Amino acid sequence: MPSVCFYFQVHQPYRVKKYRFFDIGKDHSYFNDKSDTSLNNEKILEKVSLKSYLPANALILELLQKHPEFRASYSFSGVFLEQIEKKFPHVLESFQKLVKTGQVEVLSETYYHSLSFLYSRQEFEKQVELHRKKIKKLFGVVPKVFRNTELIYSNEIAKVAEEMGFDAILAEGADHILDWQSPNFVYQPVGTEKIKLLLKNYRLSDDIAFRFSEKSWSHHPLTAEKFSDWVSSHNGNGEVVNLFMDYETFGEHQWEDSGIFDFLRSLPDKILKNPHNGFVTPSEAIKKYPVRGSLNVEHYVSWADVERDLSAWKSNAIQEDALKRIYALEEKIGKVKNRKLTEDWRKLQTSDHFYYMCTKYFADGDIHKYFSPYESPYDAFIAYMNALQDLEMRIEKALGNFSVEKVGVK
Amino acid sequence: MRNMRILMFGWEFPPHNSGGLGVACFGLTRALSRLGAEITFVLPSNIQTNVDYMKVILAKEKMNQQVGVKIFSSPLHPYATAESYCQKLEMMDENSTIYADDLQSEVLRYAIEAKEIALGENFDIIHAHDWLTFLAGIAAKKVSQKPLVIHVHSTEYDRSGGGNCNQFVFEIEKRGMEEADKIIAISQHTKNTLVSKYQVDPSKIEVIHNGVDQDKNEMIVREDGVLSQLKKSGKFIVFFLGRLTIQKGVDYFLKMAQKVLEKRKDVVFVVAGSGDMERQLIMLAADLGISDKVFFVGFLRGDQANEMFSMGDLFVMPSISEPFGLVALESMLHETPVIVSKQSGVCETVSHALKVDFWDVDEMANKTLSVLSHASLKTQLSDFGKNEALKLDWNRSAQKVLRLFQQLIKV
Repeated sequence: MPSVCFYFQVHQPYRVKKYRFFDIGKDHSYFNDKSDTSLNNEKILEKVSLKSYLPANALILELLQKHPEFRASYSFSGVFLEQIEKKFPHVLESFQKLVKTGQVEVLSETYYHSLSFLYSRQEFEKQVELHRKKIKKLFGVVPKVFRNTELIYSNEIAKVAEEMGFDAILAEGADHILDWQSPNFVYQPVGTEKIKLLLKNYRLSDDIAFRFSEKSWSHHPLTAEKFSDWVSSHNGNGEVVNLFMDYETFGEHQWEDSGIFDFLRSLPDKILKNPHNGFVTPSEAIKKYPVRGSLNVEHYVSWADVERDLSAWKSNAIQEDALKRIYALEEKIGKVKNRKLTEDWRKLQTSDHFYYMCTKYFADGDIHKYFSPYESPYDAFIAYMNALQDLEMRIEKALGNFSVEKVGVK
Repeated sequence: MRNMRILMFGWEFPPHNSGGLGVACFGLTRALSRLGAEITFVLPSNIQTNVDYMKVILAKEKMNQQVGVKIFSSPLHPYATAESYCQKLEMMDENSTIYADDLQSEVLRYAIEAKEIALGENFDIIHAHDWLTFLAGIAAKKVSQKPLVIHVHSTEYDRSGGGNCNQFVFEIEKRGMEEADKIIAISQHTKNTLVSKYQVDPSKIEVIHNGVDQDKNEMIVREDGVLSQLKKSGKFIVFFLGRLTIQKGVDYFLKMAQKVLEKRKDVVFVVAGSGDMERQLIMLAADLGISDKVFFVGFLRGDQANEMFSMGDLFVMPSISEPFGLVALESMLHETPVIVSKQSGVCETVSHALKVDFWDVDEMANKTLSVLSHASLKTQLSDFGKNEALKLDWNRSAQKVLRLFQQLIKV
């Protein structure tokens, strides 16, 4: 009975280069690092493409062709698509091939992978619209299912997504929102009528995404047989097993030598061995399975960190300051009507910038450090704020309010 | 188990200290004694101390009584380079240079005294702090057959800023490292120096970071003080506090100040400390054209230093090579944000500090300007920095020291 629903997140931000105070007013390119560090966006993209996107796409294509029942869904951030479109068109083509099979669904998100929902409904909707256009242009499809940045979700977001015409929305199946309920059913968000909710089965998802190569884990090494047995065990007590994860899991977070590609290669076979099992896209899932209950999520939930809340992006003074400053520019950006300024403003909205500034378990050497290209959250903040100050000056200048010489002098 | 009895050799002790070594010895001995250790602390000259938690022996008095050698008050202090030692000797009264007329005999004399003292004391282990006491430690080990642990707070390599090592000092340090049963390095930075510059076997060295004294003294801010005046006029105060020697990189601080002043006029720079580079630094400030924005306030101790920490907006420690840099933790305890050089030991122990390469003046200026520009950054570094420093207490270090001693005694 249970169907596996894969959703892979594909995203790469425009990381802000080591932009110093002295660059303010002089250098208006914030994202063009050319160093050998992981601030070099082009280099990162090339590396991740080689290690992850290209081999994973080749494998998924092989699986889609081999198993007509196999399904997958992808959410691409607009900033990711924009970067590969310009620099690595063959990577884009490899994704387009997947979508052409008709077995792959493309999901909707904010173009800039931003936290805009938390600050401006108007800006949020604009970014979803920009994303829709980009997906239409590159893949020839119009997404019907929405996932907000980092699976940030609440009743309110579900309601807005419904108003925007989406059929379904994805969220984290966090314990504190589910309580005794199972993530393996289709739900109805409280306060909505039509839109359906699919929840990540975080145990099974994280078995692949986080624990796969963890030697101290009691189930290591994880085989496709073992994993299929766990999926099959939901027969009779679940309908859709939602495996949501970063696409970089394959080859980048879990390296090739961990056996992750071999695992993925044999997974469909093993899952389909049980005649009750199958695969669905999110849109198929909500057609195939009825709503089994409603879910009330008043406070924001996300898929980040153990807290599964907003604290990865909003838990200290520097993060709050940076967020407040960037969103405070909305009105002026609206007045300026300058494409380049608007794009830079939006690129600075990408959630990763604020994630890098997180100091939650900073002293313990945590996962934020692993994912951060900066030496410390403070370095991330300083480069970001300097760039932002330059942007503010450009906006003021465009509005005719300010002269460049005034920077810094108070 | 019986309390650990430690025969400890030091060179200076608060309030008669010229720098971090005395502060560290005070913090560590007090924490050790709170953990039950019985310490006999030996100092070379007639230093006034008012500690009640350990027995203090002044080697000189002992010698005067037992051996009757005439001694003058020591011109040595642990941060002196050979050059400055010679200068000081020249300036002394001719009559006073009867016995210890050079560096070598100073240190040798302390070693002779140490031997006498070791014969008269009961102890389980010998603990010697920095090179001036190493020969004393070795002498005590020879007569007692007890294990010797040397504690490296600084090295000649660090003090000379990487070049111009005094060979005599270097030799003593190397000898101490060879004769010691174990070496405590106050940071990974120092351990690396010992391994690469002194060829010490890394397995012989244990890194035990310094702590910081948690008792905050009652702060008296003088309303008429120059710092108060500057503060009232709405200026930001960015300061350096430490000895004015090549090791401390104060010239980089001044070069950074010049760059910051190009962007903001509402900031002044304070250089607190004394040392052999003072004149040179004053000249440099003039050459950089920033004399009117840089205040040289001399050596600050106790309340004055506390006042500096409390009134300052940002402390910068641009050390070229710094074994630890306790002063950065003191600043954090006072809720004053810090920029520390990546070439310092303290850099390894703290997260809520800004870090730069000492030579990267642009980055130092960038970070300084950022702290002055963003209240959120300043507040967060203050709050989180204080919490972090509070966790780095001497008790933690003392426990590690005792554990090390216990292992040695068992063997």
